[in-house]
Amino acid sequence: MQVPAPFEYARATTVDEAVALMGRFGDTARLIAGGHSLLPMMKLRLANFDYLIDINDLHGELGFIAVEPGVVRIGALTRHRELLDSAELAGVFPIFRDAERVIADPVVRNRGTLGGSLCQADPSEDLSAVCTTLDASCVIRGPLGTRTVSMADFHRGPYETAVADGEILTEVRFPVRDRGGSAYSKVERRAGDWAVVSAGSAVWLDDGGRIADARVGLAAVGPNTTGIPEISATLRGEEPSDEVFARAGEIAARSCEPATDQRGSAEYKRHLAAELTVRTLRTAVARAARGEA
Amino acid sequence: MTDTRQRSFEDNDQKPMGFGRMLRKEDPRFVRGRGRYTDDVQLPGMLHLAILRSPFAHARIVSVDTSAAAALPEVKAVITGADLAGLGLAWMPTLSGDVQAVLATDKVRFQGQEVAFVVATDRYAARDALELIDVEYDVLDPVIDVRQALAEGAPLIRDDLDGKTDNHCFDWETGDADATAAVFAKADVVVSQDLVYPRVHPAPMETCGSVADFDPVEGRLKLWSTTQAPHAHRTLYAMVAGIPEHKIQVISPDLGGGFGNKVPIYPGYVCSIVGSIVTGKPVKWMEDRSENLISTGFARDYIMRGEIAATRDGKILAIRTNVLADHGAFNGTAAPVKYPAGFFGVFTGSYDIEAAYCSMTAVYTNKAPGGVAYACSFRITEAVYLVERIVDCLAYELDMDPAALRLKNFIQPDQFPYMSKTGWEYDSGDYEPTMRLAMELAGYDELRKEQAEKRTRGELMGIGISFFTEAVGAGPRKHMDILGLGMADGCELRVHPTGKAVVRLSVQTQGQGHETTFAQIIAEEIGIAPADIDVVHGDTDNTPFGLGTYGSRSTPVSGAAAALVARKVRDKARLIASSMLEVSVADLEWEKGSFHVKGDPGTAVTIQDIAMRAHGAGDLPDGLEGGLEAQICYNPSNLTYPHGAYICVVDVDPGTAVVKVRRFIAVDDCGTRINPMIIEGQVHGGLTDGVGMALMEMISFDEDGNCLGASLMDYLIPTALEVPDWETGFTVTPSPHHPIGAKGVGESATVGSPPAIVNAVVDALKPYGVRHADMPLTPSRVWDAMRGTAQPPI
Ligand SMILES: Cc1cc2nc3c(=O)[nH]c(=O)nc-3n(C[C@H](O)[C@H](O)[C@H](O)COP(=O)(O)OP(=O)(O)OC[C@H]3O[C@@H](n4cnc5c(N)ncnc54)[C@H](O)[C@@H]3O)c2cc1C
Repeated sequence: MQVPAPFEYARATTVDEAVALMGRFGDTARLIAGGHSLLPMMKLRLANFDYLIDINDLHGELGFIAVEPGVVRIGALTRHRELLDSAELAGVFPIFRDAERVIADPVVRNRGTLGGSLCQADPSEDLSAVCTTLDASCVIRGPLGTRTVSMADFHRGPYETAVADGEILTEVRFPVRDRGGSAYSKVERRAGDWAVVSAGSAVWLDDGGRIADARVGLAAVGPNTTGIPEISATLRGEEPSDEVFARAGEIAARSCEPATDQRGSAEYKRHLAAELTVRTLRTAVARAARGEA
Repeated sequence: MTDTRQRSFEDNDQKPMGFGRMLRKEDPRFVRGRGRYTDDVQLPGMLHLAILRSPFAHARIVSVDTSAAAALPEVKAVITGADLAGLGLAWMPTLSGDVQAVLATDKVRFQGQEVAFVVATDRYAARDALELIDVEYDVLDPVIDVRQALAEGAPLIRDDLDGKTDNHCFDWETGDADATAAVFAKADVVVSQDLVYPRVHPAPMETCGSVADFDPVEGRLKLWSTTQAPHAHRTLYAMVAGIPEHKIQVISPDLGGGFGNKVPIYPGYVCSIVGSIVTGKPVKWMEDRSENLISTGFARDYIMRGEIAATRDGKILAIRTNVLADHGAFNGTAAPVKYPAGFFGVFTGSYDIEAAYCSMTAVYTNKAPGGVAYACSFRITEAVYLVERIVDCLAYELDMDPAALRLKNFIQPDQFPYMSKTGWEYDSGDYEPTMRLAMELAGYDELRKEQAEKRTRGELMGIGISFFTEAVGAGPRKHMDILGLGMADGCELRVHPTGKAVVRLSVQTQGQGHETTFAQIIAEEIGIAPADIDVVHGDTDNTPFGLGTYGSRSTPVSGAAAALVARKVRDKARLIASSMLEVSVADLEWEKGSFHVKGDPGTAVTIQDIAMRAHGAGDLPDGLEGGLEAQICYNPSNLTYPHGAYICVVDVDPGTAVVKVRRFIAVDDCGTRINPMIIEGQVHGGLTDGVGMALMEMISFDEDGNCLGASLMDYLIPTALEVPDWETGFTVTPSPHHPIGAKGVGESATVGSPPAIVNAVVDALKPYGVRHADMPLTPSRVWDAMRGTAQPPI
């Protein structure tokens, strides 16, 4: 048994109370959601905090998936498991189900949350790549009220986000557009391992079947999960084809900044960035064309 | 003789009176959470111990200041290497006759080495206090790359050893160098290949730990500890700690896996004893996961060059190898004294060849000590990998089918007992039927056709074969000892008046199902139902002396002891039966569970009747004592040599280089099969372990000597999702010298499977001209192999 350093613990009963507690304790405190990122670090004593504020009682307030006209809203405390199981969500954004099938294992998925995933801001984090792909925006609440930031602004660097001390991520919003399709793919050394590389793609077709817009998000190939605007620009207006996807793949490979580590060489990761971009674009287009979203 | 893949519960529970499928007697307590492990031991007043470990791979200790830690009210003792040195306990012997620091005094020699310990009222306080110990280190250059260990000017690791000026650990050779060179010189074809068997960890689910309870009045030590060899440990404690052996009781309760990891004596065990002596209270030490992974016995870490000589038509003539072995900072290999490289000498495999030679150099590096079983089967894992990989390299160069090449070179049935060119006497074997069965189960020819067709479409499919012969069941004691303790095993059997029995073993199960298997062996011999036989093990006060469980030795050694002790009891029962039935012994016939008068099956006494008579008031034959019990110490006359044929089918994604193990066919021959269900379980587990080693496991280090596999997020072990539905089969070639003909099976699959998987992946990559790729075959490494840019994994 790995044991963390001593800390104080409180359970918030409302979002306001959580915000108040966070405001009081500042950077000596941390929210705990699923705990699957925070607790391992505390047990290894890589992270030590004086106060933990448990928000798991806020599931009523922060655990939801709302599919509305033009937008999908997902509460920060929604569990991986709920994202995986939601047929409604998969109907709009199949990328979620693709991703959730390969994130961690059932035990982690039963507890880990969307908010915890984004706020952990691990460069290998899969849901961040999904959110980037879908052009999500994050709703953050603090003592002064609520603000909304885009995914591009949310991640400030590895393990750093726009959420300031005393603030809490409450919700993530995803714009829904017509004739869209999305997909996710990950290469891992073993089921439940973090990605060697993963890629998400979302594509929207015009009436003639051309690519009206497309977005690609990659994980584990740089300091943050990043969208690649050059790919979007290249794909817009194109007739979908393997040749076009391959061009997008090349851009992905050269736009990312992978590092060599235990999971693989930087060169291999670049290769995967291309390969998985091509594969997910192909699936996303096929889904959009079939009207599967 | 194939095993169907799905078996019903009933089919696995045939309630045999002896050998056959039966559910495991120990499982009800495990599946209901009623197992009792070392960490479950709670004693009144028990304190908790935590160990401070070195953050550096190589550093001189300048000073250790424990005052702040000692000042915490929860802290009862803080002990450093200097304190232990004062007691003469700072160093202890390793299983290979080297010494290892219990707590570092002069230098730390690997990251994670024990530096000091704290005893406190609870585990949290003990751990918190570690943060308050201030150690000043003078950091030294480490030796991490084993190939640089003997380089000019390499930092000296073992300056504690008198006169030591380099990092050389030992040299070892076997076989005939000149004869082998002569054969190589005349051979048509010589193939040479460099291979790395990376350092891996046994990673048992339960980490290591102990609870020491020293009674200062009686001078008696009771030690619960995670050990696969309780008796050997007790003797070593007596020798190290100076507590008389009869005053030490070692109890190894339920073990959550061992795989060789629980063979060595770790500093933590000794610290808990010292902690209890110092505080006068029971002291518990339980490692956490990171401590287990970074500091306890690893396996493998052999860098090998394999060479094979053959005729153009595929007759193998000779095998030669040179090995560089990384033994870490202290030589803690668990191996018999005369076998510093374990049983690596069986690297000639299952083939009848003219000559063989191995030379090995072992070195010290700034890494954790160890070198353990399962995990190693006394280094047979490395030997089998070498020979089975190099034979495939030969097949590649000869453009010959690897199955055909093996079939052409097998030792033939009439050659057994077969003396290998490195001096190992293979007891029995009949290889071709085993190989043919595996090929039949796999549909080998069809698979090759499918592969040819797929290759035309650019799809990558590989078929890999490995055929192994193991040498398990150490001793005999005259050749094999650990620190002077001969490798033999005791066994005691006592039949109670009502005909129930208790058997006491010197070996200790870690999941192998001894409580079932040994009851079945006794049942087979004396006809008492397995359910009526209690199996006692793991407690030195209540079991006879013996060397413990590792290297697949329990069934070959203790299994033989159990059969023979039961026969002794049966012999006595026969005398009693003759007086009960008033006929001469010669007129009695034994039918499992009873004696009857020859030709008159109606006139019979059961073993239960006899047991009551043995303890009763009635007359016993003249000169016969009461009671029905016996004791034995079994010293095996030879090792047993199980074999098997494994075939693996993989698909490799050409775009991502991800390997999927599609099928795995394992045909094992472990001689007489006691409980086929347990055998299959052992095989399934070992195959899974093989997938781990072949595809993902490796303890690696950065250049500063930081261990990069310190958690199970970093050190990957396989899950159910990485393994296929195992397809198993068997042949039976009994051991001629074992009383029931059984050979060991615990490590067969761990030994046999990695080369089958690697051979399959390499076969899949044949269109890329790949002849070899080193483990672990992660997607990145496979991709490198496809592009011809692979580097050895060190
Ligand atoms: C074995 C294992 C395997 C894993 N594999 C993967 C994988 O393959 N892919 C992957 O993407 N992830 C993986 N994960 C991570 C997993 O998905 C985590 O659970 C998740 O990333 C974090 O969610 P959580 O709710 O557990 O966060 P927590 O651990 O509770 O919190 C993480 C951080 O976020 C902060 N936080 C949490 N909620 C909020 C909020 N609402 N507002 C502000 N800050 C907040 C916390 O203070 C903390 O700093 C794995 C984890 C484990 C243990």
